Amino acid sequence: MLRLAKKLGGEAAFYAAVITLVVFAAFPFYWMLITTFKADGDLYNLKSTPYWFNTAPTLEHIKYLFSDTLFVQWLMNSALIGLCVVAITLLVALPAGYSLARMPGRGAETLGIGIFLTYLVPPTLLFLPLSRVVTQLGLQDSLWSLVVIYPTFTIPFCTWLLMGFFKSVPREIEEAAIVDGCTVMGAFVKTVLPLSLPAILTVVIFAFTLTMQEFVYALTFISSSEEKPVTLGVATDLIRGDVFYWGELMGAALIASIPVAIAYNLFLDRFIGGITGGAVK
Amino acid sequence: MTTIAFDAPRPKTRFLLDRAELVGPLFIAPAIIYVFVLVALPFCLAIYYSVSAYTIFDPNYRFVGLKNFVDVTHSEIFRRTLVNTLVFTIGAQIIGLLLGKIGAMLLMQEFHGRGIARALVVLPWAVPISLATIAWLWMFDSLYSVINWTLIAAGLIDAANRPQWLGQEDLAMIAVVVVHAWRLFPFGVVIFLAGFTSVPQDVLDAATVDGAGFWRRNYQIILPIIAPIVLIALIFGTVFTFTDLSVVYLLTKGGPINSTQVLGTYAFQVGILSGDVAHGAAICLFLFPFLLIAVILLLRSLRRREI
Repeated sequence: MLRLAKKLGGEAAFYAAVITLVVFAAFPFYWMLITTFKADGDLYNLKSTPYWFNTAPTLEHIKYLFSDTLFVQWLMNSALIGLCVVAITLLVALPAGYSLARMPGRGAETLGIGIFLTYLVPPTLLFLPLSRVVTQLGLQDSLWSLVVIYPTFTIPFCTWLLMGFFKSVPREIEEAAIVDGCTVMGAFVKTVLPLSLPAILTVVIFAFTLTMQEFVYALTFISSSEEKPVTLGVATDLIRGDVFYWGELMGAALIASIPVAIAYNLFLDRFIGGITGGAVK
Repeated sequence: MTTIAFDAPRPKTRFLLDRAELVGPLFIAPAIIYVFVLVALPFCLAIYYSVSAYTIFDPNYRFVGLKNFVDVTHSEIFRRTLVNTLVFTIGAQIIGLLLGKIGAMLLMQEFHGRGIARALVVLPWAVPISLATIAWLWMFDSLYSVINWTLIAAGLIDAANRPQWLGQEDLAMIAVVVVHAWRLFPFGVVIFLAGFTSVPQDVLDAATVDGAGFWRRNYQIILPIIAPIVLIALIFGTVFTFTDLSVVYLLTKGGPINSTQVLGTYAFQVGILSGDVAHGAAICLFLFPFLLIAVILLLRSLRRREI
């Protein structure tokens, strides 16, 4: 393909195409960055070139964000929700994935696919009944509602990922442990889990980023500002009528995005492997 | 799948039985219970609501049959919503897939800075959707839109007559489609990349030697090999788009005048904001036949992979 590109217009055309694509993908993030550090007078000025600083950059917006808004609270809420969801996911998905990987026959495959398919059931289909369930549980307007509900999509996905991984762990290792006197549970904990640390790390990262991506349930269940995760708080509470908060808004979006973006990039290949179910070998 | 000889008469049989019959179910039970209680039951609850007269102001389960569905289909807004949802889904899918394919073909090549280019291209998919959409909200701002500034500076539009990206019916639809395609295309890129790298180089070389040109290699060799994985990506992408409400909710809230209203936002408006749970549930359930098709397609492609 490169040979053809060269024939058509040389490397310049190739690089031009790459740059166009990268600019399309990344410009909104550049825009976040530059808006965050622009002074208001520069930001709301139709005359000057918007792509760069026309007056000195400022930390005003960041300072305001951390001192006069609930931003820090939201970040902590998101971290708390993420940690709890990761813990629940590991507790449930680790044994489930292991069990599916070791179960004999096609039943396991069917069950595994069945669990994976629930990942396709979208929040849009369930947010109405779940909002009533959450109310019945007395969790409305509390971040704990999200801790309870988010595992409904992290568990299926992570069980599927772990099942694929456990299948690659040789069965002889546990059998040896069992022969040496371990219980089945003991063999799992002592021999399989230590071998699975990379997979467990992947699951931790993914369960966490999936909770950070979610918006619909948070929007539906939570209305008090103090309980919101950062993705909801920033999107709903920092926009106040006609008052311009774009500097703060973009700063908040940028700060909350960075860790998720880095984690995602590092574990991208495993995620794709999971979603395609090993269709690519 | 590797099947292990469970029936082999070995002294360990007792342990293996132990494992298969007791520990296996015990290990998987929590996952099944969790999914059953918080996915399957709520889904049944949604069906139940959709045939009742349940609202948050009058929470009773009086059975009304299919009345809610009939009401919904008779509403002008709903029909518009349905059309919008299709336009939104198909538009975002086509743009997303095309850009995904082009992106993957570019990023397949060896060049300086490829790693950085890939990391940047993946960003729209990686960053939390609500936060990324907020950036577009600012870029589409009625007065300080950087897009309009650029167009004006380039002399393409008149400053006095600047487009209101989120305030005009046709432009608003274009805006939400573009933003969703923007969010989706990195997913396409990585899927196509994974597919391309799975095509054996010797097959390509053999085809080249036999005289197959660029297009022929592309459509008669590469495409059939990567078709299953592209299908899976397409199913996921379509489901994510069809059921999405975050992008539309944050950019336009379905407006102006319902011109970008999609099933998700409409159900949210009716079911949560207006508290009419019964009609909201009925609207949501229109997603279901579509999801069923997606699930069947996915199952078939997964099965085909097995064989």
